[in-house]
Amino acid sequence: MLSRLLDTLLVLLGVVSLVFLLAAVVPGDPVDVMLGEQSSAADREALRAAMGLDQPLAVRWADYLGGLLHADLGQSLLRERPVSTLIAERLPATLALALAAFAVVMVIALPLGLLAALHRGRWPDRLAGLFALLGQAIPNFWLGPLLVLGFSVGLGWLPVSGREDGPASLVLPALTLGTSMAALAMRMLRASLLEVLEQEWMRTARAKGLSARQALWRHALPNALLPVVTLLGLQLGGLLGGAVVTEVVFAWPGIGSLLIEAIHQRDYPLIQGVVLVIAVSYVLLNALTDGLVRAVDPRAGQGT
Amino acid sequence: MNRLPALILGGWALLALGGWILPLTPDAIGLERLFATPLSKGYLLGGDELGRSVAERLAAGGGISLLVAVLSVAFSAVLGTIIGMLAGYLGGWTDRVISRLIEVFLAFPGLLLAIALAAFLGPGIDNVVIALSAMGWVGYARLSRNQVLSLRHREHVLAAVALGRAPPAIMAYHLLPLLLAPLLVEASFGLASAVVAEAGLSFLGLGVQPPQASWGSMIREGVRYLLVAPHLVLVPGIALSLVVLAANTLGDGLRDRLDVTSRSRP
Repeated sequence: MLSRLLDTLLVLLGVVSLVFLLAAVVPGDPVDVMLGEQSSAADREALRAAMGLDQPLAVRWADYLGGLLHADLGQSLLRERPVSTLIAERLPATLALALAAFAVVMVIALPLGLLAALHRGRWPDRLAGLFALLGQAIPNFWLGPLLVLGFSVGLGWLPVSGREDGPASLVLPALTLGTSMAALAMRMLRASLLEVLEQEWMRTARAKGLSARQALWRHALPNALLPVVTLLGLQLGGLLGGAVVTEVVFAWPGIGSLLIEAIHQRDYPLIQGVVLVIAVSYVLLNALTDGLVRAVDPRAGQGT
Repeated sequence: MNRLPALILGGWALLALGGWILPLTPDAIGLERLFATPLSKGYLLGGDELGRSVAERLAAGGGISLLVAVLSVAFSAVLGTIIGMLAGYLGGWTDRVISRLIEVFLAFPGLLLAIALAAFLGPGIDNVVIALSAMGWVGYARLSRNQVLSLRHREHVLAAVALGRAPPAIMAYHLLPLLLAPLLVEASFGLASAVVAEAGLSFLGLGVQPPQASWGSMIREGVRYLLVAPHLVLVPGIALSLVVLAANTLGDGLRDRLDVTSRSRP
């Protein structure tokens, strides 16, 4: 348990250092962004010194780490506000989107995976297989416009973009973000259920008099769901990464569209901050899922 | 194995080849073609918001996606395999450091690492290849590390060690040949994700720069005209999905044919 915690801390330190290095070795200079390229050499030097950019790399790295311990992600170059505040303002929208997409994953993947496994080789299974194939071949930035074309332009049911129309404006972004993950989770549940259904203890359960339905709900599903839970935990974090593209498609005001705005404005500390927040949340969610699965299933993690 | 995936991938290569060899003018503006629908006025796939030929832009974008995907898969596979084999064969501290490094790179979900790299390196095809390779090597490294861990105690490897062959020779002649089948499967799935990733970066404006065409940037520009000219989004999207579908199906087929999973567990 303690070594798992140490591992996670080590990975977090690596993530922070990598994000720091990305910005430190960048060919562009933050001073150019702030003062413009026509500024005088003396002004540039003064600003570099004020920002600590004239310090050696190791010192800047230590400063960066020290700042993080106080939740200080630096100042935005152009907006003259702390990066942490800018991210905190946009974070709720991204979390709402990720949670709604997660609900989409569950609502599609669980029943479809169950149906596919129970009717193996027949039409529900074929339909699920087709969905899995298409779900993984249609990227977010194409699925989004397709859904808009169908539901907003064609049927006129849902808003095209933005967040002004309340819950209705969340439907298409969540579907867009959730579909490919649902395809993956569905395949996983189907495979895991098929494996469990062939176990000998399932035959025992039937032999001792349980109906097929009772055996399924009491014995097969709980066991088949474990690997799926691990995957879902990974996916919840992965949704934060996928949200970047989806937010741009739907002009959704979360941290993903903040990241892309920052990139186009070359606001390096803001880019760094958003990337760091997403990666760190992903690592923490994974560690949490791992701990949960271990708590539920004593077999998990044995031998490692 | 199904022939359709091979046919689609072949078509992609031909399209790319056409984009390179034929004297096409994908950036030429023609007002008479403005928002022309497919098959109208003799234009195969119609025209876009500047009256450029969608068919010619599709070919040019196909060339970009093929170039980026093949290069980044090649770089990631070579780099990842070398790193992973070193970790698996040498073990000890080398393995510990490399394994942690792999975990750090895996901590960036989806396109995030490529987006961050492209953001700091600046746009352009060469930087897209660098960003995708930096994101892609991890999969090959993890695969070859795990494979080598299970293969290094095979008898023919032990025999080579006993005969005094140097570790590089053992890795190259006695381990690498056994890795090729799973690596090939991984690479065909990697091709699919590289195509999606290139298009994704270009969609975000971090890949090829206008007026150059990429399937991702065609979708990005077409989204604004979804109401008047849906074919601007549909054409590159269908091409993209067909290629991804074909590469994934090819990977599945190769895995079944080469019997990869059962062979890796001796």
